[in-house]
Parts: sequence; structure tokens; C-alpha cells
Amino acid sequence: MAMLNTDNLKQYVISVKVENRFGVLARVASLFSARGYNIDSLTVSATEQEDVSIMTIVVRGDDRVIEQVKKQLNKLIDVIKVSDHTGIPTVERELVMVKVNAPPNKRSEIYQLGEIFRADIADISPRTVTLGVKGDPEHIDNFIELLKPYGIKELMRTGRVSLLKE
Amino acid sequence: MKGADIIVESLKKEKVECMFGYPGGVVIPIFHALHNAPFKFVLTRHEQGAVHAADGYARASGKTGVVIATSGPGATNCVTGIATAHMDSVPLVVFTGQVKREQIGNDAFQEVDITGITRPITKHNYLVQDIRDLARIIKEAFYIASTGRPGPVLIDVPVDISNGEYKFLYPETINLRGYKPVYEGHPGQVKKACQLIASSKRPVIYAGGGVVISNATKELREFVKKTGIPVTTTLLGLGAFPETDPLALEMLGMHGTYYANHAVNESDLLIAIGARFDDRVTGKIAEFIPNAKVIHIDIDPASVSKNVLVDVPIVGDCKRVLAGMTEIVTAPEIGEWQAEIEKLKRENPLTYDMNDGGRIKPQHVVEEIYRQTNGDAIICTEVGQNQMWAAQFYKYTQPRTFISSGGLGTMGYGFPAAIGAQLARPDKRVIDIAGDGSIQMNIQELIVAVQHRLPVIIAILNNGFLGMVRQWQQIFWEKRYSHTCIDFAPDFVKLAEAYGAAGFRIETYDEVIPALQQALAITDRPIVLDFRVSREENVYPMVPAGQSFKEIIMRELLA
Repeated sequence: MAMLNTDNLKQYVISVKVENRFGVLARVASLFSARGYNIDSLTVSATEQEDVSIMTIVVRGDDRVIEQVKKQLNKLIDVIKVSDHTGIPTVERELVMVKVNAPPNKRSEIYQLGEIFRADIADISPRTVTLGVKGDPEHIDNFIELLKPYGIKELMRTGRVSLLKE
Repeated sequence: MKGADIIVESLKKEKVECMFGYPGGVVIPIFHALHNAPFKFVLTRHEQGAVHAADGYARASGKTGVVIATSGPGATNCVTGIATAHMDSVPLVVFTGQVKREQIGNDAFQEVDITGITRPITKHNYLVQDIRDLARIIKEAFYIASTGRPGPVLIDVPVDISNGEYKFLYPETINLRGYKPVYEGHPGQVKKACQLIASSKRPVIYAGGGVVISNATKELREFVKKTGIPVTTTLLGLGAFPETDPLALEMLGMHGTYYANHAVNESDLLIAIGARFDDRVTGKIAEFIPNAKVIHIDIDPASVSKNVLVDVPIVGDCKRVLAGMTEIVTAPEIGEWQAEIEKLKRENPLTYDMNDGGRIKPQHVVEEIYRQTNGDAIICTEVGQNQMWAAQFYKYTQPRTFISSGGLGTMGYGFPAAIGAQLARPDKRVIDIAGDGSIQMNIQELIVAVQHRLPVIIAILNNGFLGMVRQWQQIFWEKRYSHTCIDFAPDFVKLAEAYGAAGFRIETYDEVIPALQQALAITDRPIVLDFRVSREENVYPMVPAGQSFKEIIMRELLA
């Protein structure tokens, strides 16, 4: 299979309810890797049921291949339910931690920005500030964009969790 | 009770009659328990042979094949057999030994991560981590392997689990909330399909291995009787519909008949039943069935609209869906179409030139096998030209009488599969139609057939080449026969005799019938027939890979 140009492909959010057992993550992940698909993010979450986890997978692809992947996911014995959250009303959250350059003359600006985004100050050092923000993916994107001019030293995003709206 | 005994007791509960395998360090406790087991155990001479034999046993009988192998190399030797079964939806339960739990992940002696290795080639697999789960896992494995779209399930058993102690309680029920195969077709979809059928003018049925697996051949015949729609089958669908019937188009695809490919290509409605639009069937997808609507009946939702977009998908068991459709369908008016097909069949038969300076043509051997067995044998094949000639020139009329590695195309499959098939069906003659290349890939199993007095006939179409690759080299690669000449070969007759089998060499047309009759008269040991056939015979028709039916090559192009 030719390498996919993932830039031009649509983004999908797939929520997979699975048995909370070892090996399930590998089974799910390998369905994507076997088709040359790079997962944008994958979050494994505990749920209200102890023996059930939910994987929220964000992936780029075209309708036909994603349809096939969903069917293949459904075939896995440990997969209880596959829901496509793409383009339907959901609430989504993710968390980002950003370590940003913060010289004394820029520091108060950064704090202000953090306040607007309801960030918590996770760590302070003489040259840097580390901020944590939670929110929907767009909120996070905007926050990162605004911090870029200061020089981001390290950044980690958790990947999203997604619940259907009632 | 010991874990090893729990395994044997569970196998008894599953009514296992025959098991294949090979011992090794970490499975000694299980073999200890197997020593007094009330079912047959067949010790093959290589683990790959064990898996193929269990696969042949399963395909011939419809039961689940059972295998045991040790950890490490024992387990990796099973991999090709498991992948073969997975591609062709064959129910297997494969037990592998594993190092003790505390050593897992430490690169212990003969340790491999076999559940990791086999994840993409099993329907499901298990690493047993708690002896309390052992019986439940075995119960689930047999259920998963044999239901829905069948497939292989692997159970990896650490040696300290086999040696552990727990009470034996075989579960009565199964609770798998993530696994609920759908058997009944959606009534609305079935009705829609029947409407399409009633108004079609040029319909064709394309029946695959799923018809054989779901034991739906009777239902298919009744459906055809009512509708008069012509039937082509895939390689694995051979036997699903009698090829002697006037409505039979026989096999389609790369080496299918001209009339099957032509009819499918010209159809206005293709009814796919238990088939999956493999690339060897469709050729160039963009030009496949340009004018046809598609109905697809399959138990596996993931097979529907995978390669070809489907107008009416029906997810369900072929047997039940066909029975339901036959009840409500109205026969289409297709007299003209039937007449056109009858003419196509008459004018474009499968053919070959008998003449090659007295050398036997391989197609003739297959035809003579058909005649001498009255078409009542189980034919196993290896992979390559032998497989295609076996598919083309023997007329299959019954399900489970053609056993071949379709999806994976595994050379070395046919002979061990024939051993399994013969054990499953002692009442039938089992013949492995082989090539001189493939047969050398699992020749070690000859001693197993001798030991169990199985009169499997191995008909080697010996042309001194890896013939199918040579054919491609001839047609597409400037006739450069790079490393495909294997005439530096053993004496197969002496080899047979060394193992205690019978062996005959056949070099002229006159000898073909007597040799087959002689072989069929032997009933207590395997027979190797070394047919020295025409060296550069090609398989025709041939649709070159990735091209459309229009590019079909019908016969030798004179250079």
C-alpha cells in the first residue's frame, strides 16, 4: 500500500468500548498499523464499569477505509461496541502540559494568557513556566498557538476523551 | 486436578475424536495426560504438518481441528498453518506450550510471544494466566473457532498452569458480550434482493467457500432450481454446485473458465454468496462487472463492500438466507441469457493440446483421475499449476471434496491436509494432486501416512520446474527462468519405498490408466505416483494479475 498523505484526509473520532483485559490495546492498535494508518491520538480510559475500558481513537483516513476499520474492530472478540463520534454532537476534553520560555519581562504576559485559558501553573523555574490546560481540542489548539511566540520547550497532549451528548 | 488433565477433560467434553501435534519440553505435562486420552492422537513429523493435517481434517469433516505444539520453535512452526486456516476460515483450536509465567518476557529457553505473533492471523487467541480460567478459555475457543465466520483460535498455556491444580468445572454456557454472530438475514434486505433478482435479465451467482462452510449446498441447489440462474464458484467454492449441471459455469477468476468470466463480466446482477471478491477473482477492480448490481450474502460484515461496493448487503448465514430467499423469490425471465451461456460453454471449453512428443500432459492426468475415481474422491492440492489444473479438469459435484489453500496459497499444504482428510473420511479415496516443488515442502509426513496405513495417493505432476512462477517468467519476464528449474530432484519412487509407501513412475500416456488403477487397488499404505509430465505446459485461460477480463489469454501465443 502506498503511503497515505494524511494531511488531506478527514479526521475521525472513534470510541471503542472494550473488555478491560491485557492485550486488547495491542489488538486494537494493530488493526490501524496493519493498514498503514497513523493514529493521531489514542486514549484508554477507565469507565463506570470496572471490567470495561473505552478507547478514544483519533485517526485520519477516507470513509471507505475507516468503515472497514470499524468493521474489523467489531470483529475483535474483546471489543464490545464501536461508536463513530465523527461529526455528531459530543463533549470532548483533553489535557495539555506546555513548558514555555519565560524570561522575567514576559512572565506576567504568560500568566495572563494562562488565566484566560484557565490554566494551572504546574511548575516555575528561573527560565521557564509549565502550564496545564484542559478543554476541548480547539481550546487546546488556540492555547498552544498563542504560546508559540514565547518558544515552547516541551509539550505533551493526552489525546481526547469523547462522550456523546444526551 | 492438574491443568494438563483439565485440558484433556475439556477436549473430551468437546467430543474431540482426533488431535494432531508434536511434543516438546513445556508440553510434557499435557502429553503425559494425553497418553490415556480416549481419542486418536496423530504425531506428525513437523508442527506445520500437524496444523495442515488438522485443517484438512476440519475441511473434510466440518468439525474443528485440534493441534498441540510446544513453545518457541514448536509454536512458530505452526504459524504458516494457522495463517492458512485463517485466510480460508477453517475452524482450529491450537494449543501451544509456554514457559512458566514468572519467566515470560525474560527470553527464556524456547520462549516466543506466540500470542503476539499470531494476533493478526487468528480469529482470537489467549495466554492463560490463571488456572481458574483454563476450562472457560477452552470452551470459548471451541465456540469462537466454529461459529460465525470460522477460524483458528490459539491457546498459549504456560507450563506451570499445566502443572497447577484446580477443580475441573466445564462451563455450561458462554458469555461473550463482544461476540454475537448474526445468522438471520435482514428480512427487508432479503426482500430487496429478491426484487432485484426477479427483474434481472442477466444474473449470475458467484458462490464461494462460505457455501461449503455453512453446509448450504442443498439450499443453493434449490435456489438455482427455482430461479434458473447460472452459477460460478470460486476456488474454495468448488463442489458447492455440481459442475456437471448445465447451469454450472465452473470456476471464475485468473484461471477460471472463459464462460464464467465472460458471464460475470456481462451480467446485470451478481449474487455473491459466501465469497469475498478476492483480487484473483476480480482482476482490475475498476473494470470488474461494469454493468452489474451486486447482492452480497456473507456472515462476515467486514467482507461486505470491502473490495467491491455492494447494492444489497445481507449479513447472515448462507444456509438460512438462501433457504429464506428460495421461499419468496420469483424466477426471473432469463431464457435468452441461459441460451447465451449454453452457447458460450459449448464454444469455449477448457482445452489443451495432448501432443508434446509423447510426454504426458498434466491436464490429462487430472482428467484421468476424475474418470478412474468416478469423480467420487476427495482431491487435495498443493499450490501452483497443479492446483489450477486440479481445479479446472476434475469435475466437483459434492462439497468438502476439494481441499486447497486458497487465500494464503501455501505450498506444502496439500499432502498433510490429505492425511487429515483421510482420517476424517476413511470411506473416501483421498488424492493429493501435487507438484514436484510443493511435495518436497512437507514430504516428511509420508511416514505418518505409512504408520497410520492411510492409502492417500500423491499424484505428482512432475515437470522439473516451479511451474507457476516459471509460467510468469515465460510470459511476463522475458523467459528468464531464474531459479525455477528443479530437475535436480530426488527419485520419488525410491523415496516412497524408503518410507514404506508404494511408488510408481509414469512416463507415457499408456501407463497412466494402469498406474491409477494399481494405486486405487492399494488400500493399506500411501502411494506416490511420479507423473513425468510436459515440462513447459502453461495454465490457461489466464487473466494477467491486476488486469481486466478483456486481457484474458486463452492459449499459448506462438513465439
